[in-house]
Amino acid sequence: MNPMQIKIEEARKQGKVGLIPFLPAGFPSREQFWKELEELDAAGAGVIEIGMPFSDPVADGPVVEKASLKCLADGINLAWIFDGLKERKGRFNAALLLMGYLNPVYQYGLDKFGADCEAAGVSGLIIADMPFEESGFVKDAIEPHGVSLVPLVGLNTTRERMALYAENAQGFCYFVSVLGTTGQRESLPAKIKEKLAEAKEVFDIPIALGFGIKHPDQLKQFEGLMDAAVFGSALITHIENGNTSDSFMEPWK
Amino acid sequence: MKKGYFGDFGGQFIPELLMPPLIELEQAMETILPSEEFQTRFAHMLEENVGRPSTITHCPNLSKDLGLDLWLKREDLNHSGAHKINNCLGQGLLAKMMGKEVLLAETGAGMHGVATTVAAAMLDMKAVIYMGATDIVRQAPNVNRMRLMGAEIVSVESGTKTLKDAINEALRRWIADQENTHYCFGTAAGPHPFPTLVRGFQQVISKEARRQFMDRNDGSLPDVVVACVGGGSNAIGMFHHFIPDESVRIVGVEAAGTGEPGCCDSAPLDHGTNGVLHGMVTKLLQTDEGQILPSHSVAPGLDYPGVGPEHAHLQATGRVKYTTINDGQALNAFKALSRREGIIPALESSHAVAYAIENKAELQGRSVLVCLSGRGDKDLGILDQIL
Repeated sequence: MNPMQIKIEEARKQGKVGLIPFLPAGFPSREQFWKELEELDAAGAGVIEIGMPFSDPVADGPVVEKASLKCLADGINLAWIFDGLKERKGRFNAALLLMGYLNPVYQYGLDKFGADCEAAGVSGLIIADMPFEESGFVKDAIEPHGVSLVPLVGLNTTRERMALYAENAQGFCYFVSVLGTTGQRESLPAKIKEKLAEAKEVFDIPIALGFGIKHPDQLKQFEGLMDAAVFGSALITHIENGNTSDSFMEPWK
Repeated sequence: MKKGYFGDFGGQFIPELLMPPLIELEQAMETILPSEEFQTRFAHMLEENVGRPSTITHCPNLSKDLGLDLWLKREDLNHSGAHKINNCLGQGLLAKMMGKEVLLAETGAGMHGVATTVAAAMLDMKAVIYMGATDIVRQAPNVNRMRLMGAEIVSVESGTKTLKDAINEALRRWIADQENTHYCFGTAAGPHPFPTLVRGFQQVISKEARRQFMDRNDGSLPDVVVACVGGGSNAIGMFHHFIPDESVRIVGVEAAGTGEPGCCDSAPLDHGTNGVLHGMVTKLLQTDEGQILPSHSVAPGLDYPGVGPEHAHLQATGRVKYTTINDGQALNAFKALSRREGIIPALESSHAVAYAIENKAELQGRSVLVCLSGRGDKDLGILDQIL
């Protein structure tokens, strides 16, 4: 079983929701990033999602975009991410996931990318601009290295398309809570429950709810329909305001 | 060939949340587009509202100056002033027949925004236009025209504040507002099916031009066909029906920016590498690490770091030759065509005209048919500052 799934299942056995914080690599600074990761890990993150900054992140809202562009300006690249992770391999309790857009991965070289993920202890990958139809060549390159491609589905994904993703999906299914980009929302669409129930029927791996999540209270209405929560923009804003990752995680524990 | 691909280029590299509207669009292309109702209404709109067929014009004075036989396909005479209207009326009508109420578009030079706004007004739809803040300043006349015709203009402040960023923001809006909104993509680029859809609406340019040129030249084909290439919609429209004609040399002209060493340009086919952006595998201006580089051209409509995938394929197969013209050469062509023929071309189209001027020695005695994709009224503000 993929380490990401193991961690989410562990949380579930304890009656908890799996916690999946997202931070762009190199945020808020090159040095501080690794400390934030350690704090998130110590605070009970099941999977840590590390953003691979890209110049044109069309699926992201303004908070993640601004943070990612700052990281790019600071010279963050895939080599820096892999070097840092290799140096710290084995120190994280959480499973590690890389999230980004296809072009930087494509330029890095898919085989090298897969091998470096393995060497750095990364077990999952999300490519935000790659639907099922285009995903074959990436899956083929990374799966031999024990890296699973995490599917993204949403409110407008039909059951038929969910089934396409579900056939070989590993780790967890990332369910996007809104028709929109990443970013905090005050309220979430009513349709989520119905679609989450559908996803629960189609996927035999855990379901994580992401986009727009800022506080655990938002999740009570989805009890039994999802297994983990992804939060990025709220965490980034919290850190930008001078707070720690640890204090952000407190209400989730 | 894999669906949505031109050789190795094309595809659908977009978030899953955009797949349902793309699938819906693809289905509409298969059902609505071939219907008699669509074809009749579209043909009527092209004739009555656009003014098609647009003429071809012989340029006697410049031909004499240059020692070649210069002809122009006059897309600048279309209603709203550019080739863009062919595509916008096509997509607008398709969207209307799909039951959509809003036309969403990005624009660089503003011509696509104007054409989308015209289509929306004609079809009783709402137009929402995303435009980079830099381009809003550069192309103020077009912004005013769009506002006059009722468009909502959204100023894009992110990134380079030009076309690339306008596309990013429009895609984000489409993710959120897909139920009643059609994204009227402005060029033969982006995720499948847009490159095919836009080429389908723009191929009327070469269909007419080929026949018109032969009618005027005793059945002969032109020796050279030229068009400027930004995203590549006027070019793919101008090239399409000439591609099987082996005797015709086809040339696409990209923008070389200022032409100074180290300057940004807008020439991914000439200076770029293969990559993935805005839903497609294509040639891109990018770093070795896959970050998209800023582009530059004095012509806002060419100021884009990518290009439609069919052009990347036509370059790879060698059927079309792509080359560059810099800002200064384009401005010279702008002045030459204005003064010698009384035609003020768009700065974008001036790049294509400049090809004939800069290569006059090689083209002596040849017939050269240039797509004059748009008129230059919109550029007078830029030109006041630099000429």
